[in-house]
Amino acid sequence: MMFQSGTLPFLWVSAILIAAAVAPVVNRVFGSRGGWGLALIPVGVVASMLNLWPSVVDMQEVSASVDWVPALNLTVSLRLDGLSLLFGLLITGIGALILIYAAGYLNGDERLGRLWMLLLLFMAAMLGLVLADNLLTLFIFWELTSITSYLLIGFNSDKPESRASALQALLVTGGGGLALLPGLLLLGLAGGSFELSSLLDNAEAIRQHPFYVPMLVLILAGAFTKSAQFPFHFWLPNAMAAPTPISAYLHSATMVKAGVYLIARLQPILGGTTEWFWMIAPVGTITMLLGAWLALRAADLKQILAYATISVLGSLTMLLGIGTEATMSAALAVLVAHALYKGGLFMVAGAVDHAVHQRDIRKLGGLRSAMPVTFAAACLAGLSMSGMLPTFGFIAKETWYEAVGGWAGVSFLTASVLSNVCLVVAVGLVCLKPFFGRGTEATLAAHESGPAMWGPPMMLGVTGFVLGLMPTGISELLSAASHWVVGHAVPVKLALWHGVNVTLGLSLLTLAGGMTMYWQRHRLERWFIGLDVLTQFGPAQMYHRLLTAVNDFARGLTAILQNGYLRFYLLTMVGLTVFSVWMALGSELLSHLKPVSLDFRVHEILLTGLILLASVVAVRARTWLLAVGAMGVVGYSVAGIFVLFGAPDLAMTQFVIETLTVVLFVLAFCRLPDFRRLSSVQTRVRDAVIAVVAGGTITALLLFAMTVRSDHPISDYYSAHSVADAHGRNLVNVILVDFRALDTLGEITVLSIAAIGVYSLLKLRAPKRTDSSDDAAMDSLPAAARRSEGM
Amino acid sequence: MDSVILKTAIRFLFPLLLLSSVFLFLRGHNEPGGGFVGGLVASGAIALYAMAHHVAAARRVLRVSPRVLIGSGLLLSLSCGVAPLLFGRPFLTGLWMKVATKGLGEIHLGTPLLFDLGVYCVVTGVSLVFVFSLLEE
Repeated sequence: MMFQSGTLPFLWVSAILIAAAVAPVVNRVFGSRGGWGLALIPVGVVASMLNLWPSVVDMQEVSASVDWVPALNLTVSLRLDGLSLLFGLLITGIGALILIYAAGYLNGDERLGRLWMLLLLFMAAMLGLVLADNLLTLFIFWELTSITSYLLIGFNSDKPESRASALQALLVTGGGGLALLPGLLLLGLAGGSFELSSLLDNAEAIRQHPFYVPMLVLILAGAFTKSAQFPFHFWLPNAMAAPTPISAYLHSATMVKAGVYLIARLQPILGGTTEWFWMIAPVGTITMLLGAWLALRAADLKQILAYATISVLGSLTMLLGIGTEATMSAALAVLVAHALYKGGLFMVAGAVDHAVHQRDIRKLGGLRSAMPVTFAAACLAGLSMSGMLPTFGFIAKETWYEAVGGWAGVSFLTASVLSNVCLVVAVGLVCLKPFFGRGTEATLAAHESGPAMWGPPMMLGVTGFVLGLMPTGISELLSAASHWVVGHAVPVKLALWHGVNVTLGLSLLTLAGGMTMYWQRHRLERWFIGLDVLTQFGPAQMYHRLLTAVNDFARGLTAILQNGYLRFYLLTMVGLTVFSVWMALGSELLSHLKPVSLDFRVHEILLTGLILLASVVAVRARTWLLAVGAMGVVGYSVAGIFVLFGAPDLAMTQFVIETLTVVLFVLAFCRLPDFRRLSSVQTRVRDAVIAVVAGGTITALLLFAMTVRSDHPISDYYSAHSVADAHGRNLVNVILVDFRALDTLGEITVLSIAAIGVYSLLKLRAPKRTDSSDDAAMDSLPAAARRSEGM
Repeated sequence: MDSVILKTAIRFLFPLLLLSSVFLFLRGHNEPGGGFVGGLVASGAIALYAMAHHVAAARRVLRVSPRVLIGSGLLLSLSCGVAPLLFGRPFLTGLWMKVATKGLGEIHLGTPLLFDLGVYCVVTGVSLVFVFSLLEE
């Protein structure tokens, strides 16, 4: 069953995951050359997807699903249709180039293996997201992209601003994810299924559902945060703290497009209503204009590109929000064009940064002669971004203008032209400014980097040209993808030359306006500075205020709940337990208490007496060792009781645990000061009362449990199925490793987390302040010994 | 702790404890025992060794770091959960096969055994992280 076409989607995702697992080893063995080998995996996925192209274009789909929790109807299902093929090809194709580029960017750096691993993990998450057919599968992959992008953006973890940016991105997109989950659940409940493919049949009922609006708001909150739409756009430029290969991948081709993908994917189910239009199109338009304007304000190469990305994401959202057949096909065309040129431009920016360690365009110039190939790649991408003939960018822009055209769309059209004028200026800032003019101090040492760094952007640029000249193949794919966005077949015919008409006029107007603005940009600057006051009231400030408020609240709460006194924690826990037991079961507990028959055997009485005696000794002990020993006796005696009542497994575990506990206590206590009585008589009386009440409650609870036992204990089921289903005669073990293995998995995870906690408390403390030289000498020796031994 | 009695005792106890730990682990599925208690016995043995000699010596005997034990144990248990998915069965379903051996008769081998091995590794690793951290303080 492994290699039927139905399991191919699973194979793709797992192949990339396996590549991620071996990436660090590849780096250790082959160094940065291994990037070419690792890139073969996504290239293989691309090939496998292209193999399915004919059937997907024929509107067939490849789907696969695995039961996850059959009892709850949870399945992991993946499906390849036109839309996911389009996204999948972008993700894996550009991803392969990024892997090669990353190898050049971090050549010889030991962190390269980690970068590859994270990039591949992200690729797998993103691919899973676009292939997911089940809403919950989609959500899981959605959150995985948030988490992996957090690790990627914070890749330079030694820099505080890098960590802050990563956290900001995680909080914003993760917060959106928290809204998305209830949204998807509502959608699933309203539609009666969690499979996207079956929801399509219920679209009308979902749109009429009373929960339609809340559902839409929640889902769009997820999509807008992920795709950096206004007012959540501020995290994206900050995320540029990541190394460039990451920016090129996350912020051009993939992650930020996840939100756009979600809107496109849900359009046939939720779209076509007035609510849909008014919630999406205006947000997209504002984002488009804001991003374009901010791009002109920035001076950092990557910041300019990031704001330009926000602008394009806004236009994609706007086009999807308008929601006619033409605008949706146009959105897909713009999306492809943008992924190609923006990925390339980011890599160019990275190559410049890598060569001269400077990204401020005011300090760059004259790089053309030193980096001719990079310049060529920049030109290829820039031509496509500005929408010049004969690139794919031109075709996409023409389709866009044509789709929005007509008197109804005049405001959208004006906004589109305005934003594109700004983008043309941005092209000038990124592709011309650093390469022409006089050289600067920074650019003296400029040099061309290896083929790993100029090859990938070159390839993307050339692809943009080839698609522009031969748009037949991509038309086929776009029309197959549109089919799934619109809900029925849409013929998409892209062509380079439409003849002389209004859209061509608008294209020329855009170019002319952009060029004039670039030429006169110094005059605009004064005007911009006046407007900067506005940014003080922006959403970024709101974010910071909110974050500070949350932290202050948490600090206040922590001061009350965790005041650092262990006895206070214990008191709270025991007290709350006793209180809640009596609150919940009080009257029932008392009514069920019956006198127990007193036919004890002698050794039971002896053991109980031993326990009582030992606990009295423990309380009255005057040395640590005696107290620990007495506690050990209590533990062993309890184990003895287990033996008497036929629970050898428990007894055995109790014996060993008791031994280890005594060992740990001895190790810990030999560092404490001598045993002293620090508590007053009063506190000891208080503790005694609490202990008696707590013990009495538990005793009552146990007696109660004995009386209300039902006729069919669950153990009957276990003993009947143990040998038959789980091949084991030891019930306890069978429960642990088979019937309730998920619990065990959770428990060992908790154990591991506890171990990490203990380790970091004891080992990773910040070095003590050295008040006197004596202390320093005392401390440094064991610390050094510890470091050399490692853990 | 520099004690001749402890050192001498450990020389005999250490292999015995380790053997019984393996024994407990292997018989677990049909008789009292299993990964949890087996792992505890193993960590008890190594903890005693570390007390008698030094932590460094105990680390050399253990060969891998406790943290690696924890990680690989978790991964092993988790992969036992994932493996059935590849065969189209739900998460954590036990997969079994019969192996005929000479002398021992027919043996049932299955993923629950590997799952238990994961538990064994995690438990050993966790308690040794505690013991070693405290001993090295």
